[in-house]
Amino acid sequence: MDNIITYREAVRESIRKAMQEDERVFLMGEDVGHYGGCFAVSKGLLDEFTDKRIIDTPLSESAFTGAGIGAAMNGMRPIVEIMTVNFSLLALDQIMNNAATLLYMSGGQFNVPLVIRMATGGGKQLGAQHSHSLEGWFAHIPGLKVLTPATVQDAYDMLTLALADPDPVLIFENSLLYNSKGSLDTKVTPLAIGKAQVYKEGKDITILTYGINLFKVLEAVESLEKEGIAVEVIDLRSLRPLDDETIMKSIKKTHKVIIVDEGWKSGSISAEIMARINEQAFYELDTPMARVCTVEVPLPFAKHLEDEALPHAKKIVDVVKKVMGVS
Amino acid sequence: MELNLTKAKEFYYQMLLIRRFEEKCIELYSKQKIGGFLHLYIGEEAIAVGVMNALSEDDAVLATYREHGQALARGISAKSIMAELFGKMEGCSRGRGGSMHLFDAKTRFYGGSAIVAGALPLAVGMALADKMQNKNRVTVCIFGDGAVAEGEFHESLNLAALWKLPILFVCENNRYAMGTALKLTESETEIYKKAASYKIHSKQVDGMSVIDVAKASKRAVEDIRENGEPIFLECLTYRFRAHSMFDAELYREKAEVKEWKEKGPLVVFEEKLKEMGLWSEIDVQEIENEIASVIDEAVEFAENGTLEPIKDLEKFVYSEVNHG
Repeated sequence: MDNIITYREAVRESIRKAMQEDERVFLMGEDVGHYGGCFAVSKGLLDEFTDKRIIDTPLSESAFTGAGIGAAMNGMRPIVEIMTVNFSLLALDQIMNNAATLLYMSGGQFNVPLVIRMATGGGKQLGAQHSHSLEGWFAHIPGLKVLTPATVQDAYDMLTLALADPDPVLIFENSLLYNSKGSLDTKVTPLAIGKAQVYKEGKDITILTYGINLFKVLEAVESLEKEGIAVEVIDLRSLRPLDDETIMKSIKKTHKVIIVDEGWKSGSISAEIMARINEQAFYELDTPMARVCTVEVPLPFAKHLEDEALPHAKKIVDVVKKVMGVS
Repeated sequence: MELNLTKAKEFYYQMLLIRRFEEKCIELYSKQKIGGFLHLYIGEEAIAVGVMNALSEDDAVLATYREHGQALARGISAKSIMAELFGKMEGCSRGRGGSMHLFDAKTRFYGGSAIVAGALPLAVGMALADKMQNKNRVTVCIFGDGAVAEGEFHESLNLAALWKLPILFVCENNRYAMGTALKLTESETEIYKKAASYKIHSKQVDGMSVIDVAKASKRAVEDIRENGEPIFLECLTYRFRAHSMFDAELYREKAEVKEWKEKGPLVVFEEKLKEMGLWSEIDVQEIENEIASVIDEAVEFAENGTLEPIKDLEKFVYSEVNHG
């Protein structure tokens, strides 16, 4: 059944379905209950499921994230909502030292079936402390899985996949996507965690991206196609694990690649992807790889500066043309 | 709680087992049979023994990196703990954890956490899950005085009280966070008062007296089971050995250590049993012999243990199930 809904509604419907089907599932975080969610994702859920399962927490990111880990180890399937990735730094100890390590440190005895959702990304003039895109950072950590839904379908499916997973899964929802609309088919079998999706086929160059940048890429592709450049667009979907197979397959076809990533270049997921391509498909490349990332500054408030700091369609067009050797 | 002869023997045996186990660890560490960090529990035995005595099999325990004592008192075998310290597959954490990360699903022992205060949020979640599933179980979370300075301590106590969770918080106040005295780091050194400020029923206990700790723990666990609300015990104790094997102990006077040793848990317990007329009924030599053979067997078991094959290095980073 196909219907057009917002990304926000897709996440909410996915939470609702999970809570209806599995009484072990509950949602916990700042303002998820009475306020209805900072981004209104959980609006209405408190009335439906009561405060026993939609739990407002104090501003104690470390404690409620750790509580999610403890509850997951003890028979529940918690969804922890951290308002934004910026505040996840206050819970980093729990995510990195506990969620990611407990199964391994315990010699396989205690797994942590926890889902942590958080809003990510810049672009709303919120300044340097409220505009981080750290999903690539979290993808550095063995023991975690990192998902970045771009589409309405994935916003719905990825939560289902994450809740079915026996290990901790982090879902990064770009806050600018909550109002975006798309079609949702609740009957389709979701594409598994760790699978990238060839969003659009093309023969001349591959663009690898994820999250909100998928749409910036599509905007760029529209103008590139007018100039006769056929772009293959891959939505990575999962930053850990990365789908090396789909990436390399596309490079074997187009022999040219750029990566669009909202993280800073240094030590980023785009750097990791380039390293993998170098290791696995170096001789398939016709030209050096390139990438569009956020300029290495704490994000500024002034709109014209912030717009220029983030990846945007024109930059993507310029970099593609450079790699293609056209001007 | 009445202390009969059987219980007295059990307490004495357990405290002495921990003491001798730790002494063997020092020996094996200097022979480089044990690697990594080694934090000894000598001097603090009464707390582990007294607290674990109050628990049933269904309850859960979360501890710190100084947890050999709690693990032994909880009933994890000396063999599997020693094998863990040797990094062998037969160890309670398969050799993946080491001294600071003992885990055991059978006794619901959830580690061995080496980030100070890092296990308190986990305890909140464990207890929350029990409450949501209507399971009448208690989660015990043990930590040191150093944890009190961490934000996670305060965040967790607030949540435990706010959500009325069945947790027994046990603070082993040995007066030093590694090498810095509590009085140099805390504006309020009476730790139980901090818990009380979160509206948690809290109490200071003589952590050198196994009887006092056992009584307070039993009462606390009964109350928690009955009311479902958290309780906080601050156990005053002292670490006889250095913080770890790398510690030159520049921060405390020898006289202070000596003074505390004179009121150590084994000494105090012996005096108490003499007063009660039970001491003459206890054959210390027999207990020593029994413990010596348990420890010898543990060391032999660890020596003969298996090194995990390198091919399994990446096993258990993720669960071994096909969930595609």
